[in-house]
Formats: sequence, structure tokens, C-alpha cells
Amino acid sequence: MRVAILQFPGSNCDTDALHAFGGVLGLEAELVWHKADSLKGFDAVVLPGGFSYGDYLRCGAIARFSPIMEAVKAFAAEGGPVMGICNGFQILCEVGLLPGALIRNNCLEFRCTTSELKVEDSDERFNTQKLGQSIRIPIAHGEGNYRIDEAGLAELEANKQVLFRYAENPNGAVGDIAGIRNKAGNVIGMMPHPERAVERFMPSMDGLPVLRAFLELTSVSV
Amino acid sequence: MWRGAVLLCAVKITVFVTPKKNVLDPQGAAVGHAMHSLGFTSADNVRVGKTVEFEVQAEDTPEFRASLDKLCHELLSNPVIEDYHYELS
Repeated sequence: MRVAILQFPGSNCDTDALHAFGGVLGLEAELVWHKADSLKGFDAVVLPGGFSYGDYLRCGAIARFSPIMEAVKAFAAEGGPVMGICNGFQILCEVGLLPGALIRNNCLEFRCTTSELKVEDSDERFNTQKLGQSIRIPIAHGEGNYRIDEAGLAELEANKQVLFRYAENPNGAVGDIAGIRNKAGNVIGMMPHPERAVERFMPSMDGLPVLRAFLELTSVSV
Repeated sequence: MWRGAVLLCAVKITVFVTPKKNVLDPQGAAVGHAMHSLGFTSADNVRVGKTVEFEVQAEDTPEFRASLDKLCHELLSNPVIEDYHYELS
């Protein structure tokens, strides 16, 4: 299985993601520069964390116009698994592959800690049976305050699109939302960093089952 | 000899982007607190937005305004959380 880890100018969790998918899970993971225009041959796509384009204008606002994003849209439209982590989540919201938007944390602080997440029973891959009732995953963001209008929130809840909620809300996100998926389930986005919870020396190893759940959308098991 | 030709002139555009009324604005709240600390205690509902200025060679037509709206909608603002308006001069 080949996993594409996209690299935008200002991405800074790209090699962490490469290590998690490549080194730890032993998959064929490759960095793909944002100027590439094809994702041919890849089975999964990851938009890593960081500060693409310095967060200018809004987080993810400029990265969404990178050439590779046309290929990401086409890949997602065909049902390909796409995961956005932190800044990657912000980019997926800006480009419209996920609903809502992320704004400044209501505490105004950059939050860097290990957060406890309540797992939601979302679909056959992301549920409490597979992942447990709660997991511990690091967060590191200044703009993780998830926002969506009331109708949008009602739709998210009705479709069980919420994957994770913060046990203690660190940023003011509506509904304590930490991660969501699209309606079809192949595009997921989360502020916490599962790729930073994959080794014994890390604060937890709860990121591994999250990455595996994501990869279940491909036909290859890991 | 100018019949049919469009005379374009430099237009300065100022786009104002503001947080939507019903979206909380943490930056505005922080600035509001600082204003109170400064003794400006009557300040209420402080909102922080941004302006984007640029110049284009254009004629003020409905088509041009439509292209400006598209630009504001897709890049300069995020309609989920922000409103915009612009001025031409």
C-alpha cells in the first residue's frame, strides 16, 4: 500500500506522519510536494499538520489552491481515503471536503498537551468497540476551535459524522468536536495528532488504532 | 476609433472581512478586555477583522463585481465564519 504525505510550504508534521505510516506501520509512505498534480498509484492521502503558507489570511486558505489539491479532490470524489491532521484538517475544511471551519482557540492560547478524547460510534471503522471509550492523543494548535452553523451541526450529528470529542474542551470547539468525517466516511479530519502517539516513548500509543482505522478504507490490511 | 473598445482604468479595491455576527471572536474579546484595562470601559462587542487592498485595471461592470464576489467568497473570506464587503475607489 502506498500512502502519500502531502508537503506544503510550512508543513511541519510531514516527517512525523512519514515515520508513523512508513517507519512504524511499515507501509510505503512517500512525501508528495504540493506542486505535484497527480496522486496516481497512491491508496491513501494524508495532509499533515503545520502552518502552511504561514497561516496567512486564514489557516489553510492558501494551501487549498495548491496544484495538488485538485488531485486530492478527485481522489476523494472516487472514494479514496483522505486524512487531514491539524493544519491538514483546516485545509480540508477550507477546500470544502469537510464542513465547518476552525478559528482561534477561545482561550487565545496555543494549546500543546495530551488530550483525552471520547470516541464516538460513528461508523464501522471509527467506534468505541474498535478504539475504546476514550483515547489519549496529543494536541498542538492555536486555531482548533471548530465552528459550524446550527443546521450544519445538526446534520453532522444526525449522520454520526463526529469521530472524537474532547473530554475537556481546550479550544471552545462547538460540541467539543475534535474530529469529524464527511458523509461518505472516506475523508476525515482531526485537530489532535495521532501520528505523535505511535511509539513507546511518546505520551501514548493510542494513535496507532486511529491510523489503522483510517487505512481500513483501503483494501490492504495493516 | 475608440468605438467598441473598453477603456480600463486603475481601480483601487478595499475588501473588509469581519467575523460573522453569530461567530464568537476570541481576538475581539481579548482586545475588548485590554480596552477596559485602559479605562475605555464603555467598549462593548469588539470585533477584529481585516482589510485587503489591491489595485486592478478594470471597468466597474456587473461582471467585474461578480468576479470580485467570487474572489471574496473563495479566497479572501470564509463564508462559514466571516462576512465581507468591498469599496471601489
